[in-house]
Amino acid sequence: MIKHYEISGTDFAAAGEASSDFKTMLKKIGVPPDVIRKVSIAMYEAEINTVIHGQGGFCDAEIGPDSIVITFTDHGPGIEDIERAMCAGYSTASDEIRDLGFGAGMGLPNIKKYTDDMKIESELGKGTTVVLTIKLF
Amino acid sequence: MLLKDICQILDAKVITGEGSEAVESIDIHMACGCDLMSDVLAFVKDQAMLLTGLMNQQVIRTAEMMDIIAVCFVRGKLPADEVVELAKERGITLIATKHPLYSACGMLYDKGLRGREHD
Ligand SMILES: Nc1ncnc2c1ncn2[C@@H]1O[C@H](COP(=O)(O)OP(=O)(O)OP(=O)(O)O)[C@@H](O)[C@H]1O
Ligand SMILES: [Mg+2]
Repeated sequence: MIKHYEISGTDFAAAGEASSDFKTMLKKIGVPPDVIRKVSIAMYEAEINTVIHGQGGFCDAEIGPDSIVITFTDHGPGIEDIERAMCAGYSTASDEIRDLGFGAGMGLPNIKKYTDDMKIESELGKGTTVVLTIKLF
Repeated sequence: MLLKDICQILDAKVITGEGSEAVESIDIHMACGCDLMSDVLAFVKDQAMLLTGLMNQQVIRTAEMMDIIAVCFVRGKLPADEVVELAKERGITLIATKHPLYSACGMLYDKGLRGREHD
């Protein structure tokens, strides 16, 4: 089963709608709560990044036989140094973003913590793709 | 601690589900106080209530993702209608107190409502 979501890069109030919809669906089909929790936190962090750093994009979330794979793609500025971006506390977020409650530089490390696998591909000026995998069992 | 006791301690007003027995009898076993949703996502474990001065939709979304069932807005601020609507839709109870964040947390802690200890 695959769910496709468009993610606006300008409507901050709508950020998280994809994660919310997917979480609701996982609950409905009876995915174990601990898996849902991991998926929810990791997906929401990645969705917020797509909005505040990636200028919007899209997300495909797939429930496979033994894992959930969620891909976020954007055509934003890209990440210059992925290793550095993964460090806890590293953030390029503006004061506006901090005023909205984000920009602690904890998102990517948190995604890593809650997923079984995480891949980032990024090219400066082209965009970023983040793939999250969470095992079902 | 029951939500109705929390409301009494904080002199707080219930914004969603006012006067409803089901809402007032919600049992909160742990809480956290934070204005930065990044930190809530990174450090909160299974706290049932968030006290915050942040007022946007992402407070509700963060609560939803973290299975936080109640949010207390501090410093006398009231959320916009869209925020209240989103909370209702997602089944998250909202209350509001005039006390600032630090004091509100302290009042609840003093009466026995604890937070997460460090690892
Ligand atoms: N999709 C993206 N496009 C461009 N840059 C990104 C993207 N995702 C992350 N980054 C860069 O990586 C940094 C670290 O991201 P991370 O999610 O860890 O922290 P943050 O978003 O700044 O703050 P937080 O997630 O704690 O609210 C960001 O500040 C940004 O510079
Ligand atoms: Mg982030």
